[in-house]
Amino acid sequence: MPPFLFWVFALMTLIFGAAVVLNRNPVASALSLVVSFLGLSALFVSLDAYFVGIIQVLVYAGAVMVLFLFIIMLLNLQAEERHRINWLASAGGLGVALILLIQVVFTIRHFEAARQTFPALSASTIDDVRNIGALLFRNYNLPLQIVGILVLVATIGVVLLSKREPR
Amino acid sequence: MDSFFVITSLLKIVGILFVVILPMVSYAVYAERRVSAFIQDRMGPNRVGPAGLFQPIADMFKLLLKEDFTPRAANTFYYWLAPCLAVMPAIITIAVVPFGSTLFGVPMIIADVNVGILFVFAIASLGVYGIVIGGWASNSKYPFLGGIRSSAQMLSYELSLGLAVIPVFLLVGNLRLTSVVRYQIEHGWFIAPFVGDWMNPWKWLLAIPMIISFLVFLIAIFAETNRLPFDLPEAEQELAGGYNIEYSSMKFALYFLGEYAAMITGSAITVTLFFGGWHFPGIPDGSHGWIFGLMNIAVFFAKVAIMIFIFMWVRWTLPRFRWDQLMRLGWLFFFEIALVNIFIVAGIMAFHQS
Amino acid sequence: MAMTVPRPKLNWRERLYLPAIVAGLAITFKHFKNMLFGHTKVTMEYPEQKPDSRLPDHYRGAPALVRDEDGRVRCVACQLCEFICPPRAIKIIPGEIASTDHFARVEKYPEQFDIDMIRCIFCGMCEEVCPEQAIFLRKDYAITGFTRAEMVHHKEKLLEIGGVIHGVVLK
Ligand code: SF4
Ligand code: SF4
Repeated sequence: MPPFLFWVFALMTLIFGAAVVLNRNPVASALSLVVSFLGLSALFVSLDAYFVGIIQVLVYAGAVMVLFLFIIMLLNLQAEERHRINWLASAGGLGVALILLIQVVFTIRHFEAARQTFPALSASTIDDVRNIGALLFRNYNLPLQIVGILVLVATIGVVLLSKREPR
Repeated sequence: MDSFFVITSLLKIVGILFVVILPMVSYAVYAERRVSAFIQDRMGPNRVGPAGLFQPIADMFKLLLKEDFTPRAANTFYYWLAPCLAVMPAIITIAVVPFGSTLFGVPMIIADVNVGILFVFAIASLGVYGIVIGGWASNSKYPFLGGIRSSAQMLSYELSLGLAVIPVFLLVGNLRLTSVVRYQIEHGWFIAPFVGDWMNPWKWLLAIPMIISFLVFLIAIFAETNRLPFDLPEAEQELAGGYNIEYSSMKFALYFLGEYAAMITGSAITVTLFFGGWHFPGIPDGSHGWIFGLMNIAVFFAKVAIMIFIFMWVRWTLPRFRWDQLMRLGWLFFFEIALVNIFIVAGIMAFHQS
Repeated sequence: MAMTVPRPKLNWRERLYLPAIVAGLAITFKHFKNMLFGHTKVTMEYPEQKPDSRLPDHYRGAPALVRDEDGRVRCVACQLCEFICPPRAIKIIPGEIASTDHFARVEKYPEQFDIDMIRCIFCGMCEEVCPEQAIFLRKDYAITGFTRAEMVHHKEKLLEIGGVIHGVVLK
């Protein structure tokens, strides 16, 4: 992928990520987040990680965010738009973000491996779906099963909670 | 990335979009009107041109010339954005569907990505935004209800949709749609495995879960494309037209286009997954001469046309589901069937190999 | 009083719904096929085929004035039809017949007789009420025009549609 596309998608991810916070309208925020996810998945695809990129769209943009929108629309959050901006809190948040940024930059500058450029992978010879499957089910089989059971328990819990009380 | 690749890809994109998909969409609208008329013992549009064949052109002019009205209370930016979002996903999805074998040595697929079917699902799942945003931005209650319904329905049926195709890919062992077609050329179509070693009892045993899988997939596709009996988001009798009430002129037409484009891509994917794609017994692939390449493409679109007819046929036969029935059906019925189906296929395969 | 509608108990085959759906599809396909091959003939293709010959005698088309066998306009401008017309489609301006005229004892004739066909609802009240059997509803149904003014039938037009009627019509 030409490097300029990297910049386009990286900028897209960042700008819309910022828009999530800056937008006053909750629906607009949610939609910005979707666009941000799309940019992120484009970055994954540019690294030949098709599976992760597509799953990013399928799960986050396609399912989770639709649920978010569903809830936001149902609740009709209009109070948020009338709310006045608390400048002190915003400044505090910005400060925390800045400190985090400085830390990340500092760490990367002093972390040798992060500064090396790795040789390019031969494109699309890797069947990443198969690789991920093999890795999950051979090397990490037990953790996977445990996670599976946890998710199952959570699902059953949700069903139980949302069930109406018998009268 | 050489220039030959770029040029052939561009040609394919332009060709498939402007020569095949868009005319097909407009004629699907015409066909829908004629089919529905015939089913109800009417004539349908038969005035403009021979047998009414120029009706789509007249419709287009009508829609273009209508007043484009934006309600004052609508959220203008999203109100304008939504119809575009409704069309795009359906058209993008066609990029990974192999619509022919090869023509002059060029593979007849726009992008043969190795996550083919996941790409389809991912992009298709974005299609819901067009409806949800349209419903919300109109700032009116019926569109809003349509949008809400649409999001819940899409989420519910995406699950069955995804689970229903897993048996197919268990057999193929690869997520590429071209591999699915190649597998079906060697082993027979999934829905009717007559080709290849058709005496093999294992294959017939596998055909049963395949047919179940096909039925679940087909029903989920109906739900995903908002076609009757699952057209809850637009339900004329309940919501007076649903998410697109406030739209007029070309924006309304875009919604219409989006619905039919989604139907065409849905049919194309069903054909690819279960009906052998561009393969027809007796017709070799494009490497035997360009005439066969063209025939493959023709076979593919003929199959798609038959699928579209089935879509219409079902629409004009079955009544709409009630909202709670729809949800119950999706979550308590198709989801389970699809899940059990996967285990059955996996079991059969495990026995077969040992 | 609240009433519970009993739901029929379905057996497993009915609960599967698939046979019913397939049966429904078969029915619609039969209709589609019959229509496709032209076995069903329900629709009349209007401008080419016209229902004229099949219109019943009591058909209520455009109202029209008639002349009698002497060529006199039968209407005596009594204005009963104008009075009874529900949508007030009729407008009559009566005129007096000169005393030298052969029909002087009739006294009045319609100087102007307009029926606004945009308003007329083809109810037939005018025909019903007319004491002189001067107005009848004819079988003309294709009444068109580009302007509102064109849609008003004046006396000449009404007489043209109406024609001549001899003697008394038993209704
Ligand atoms: S038919 Fe009825 S509506 Fe028409 S002119 Fe006569 S009375 Fe009036
Ligand atoms: S048409 Fe008959 S009812 Fe009407 S004004 Fe003439 S005579 Fe009287």
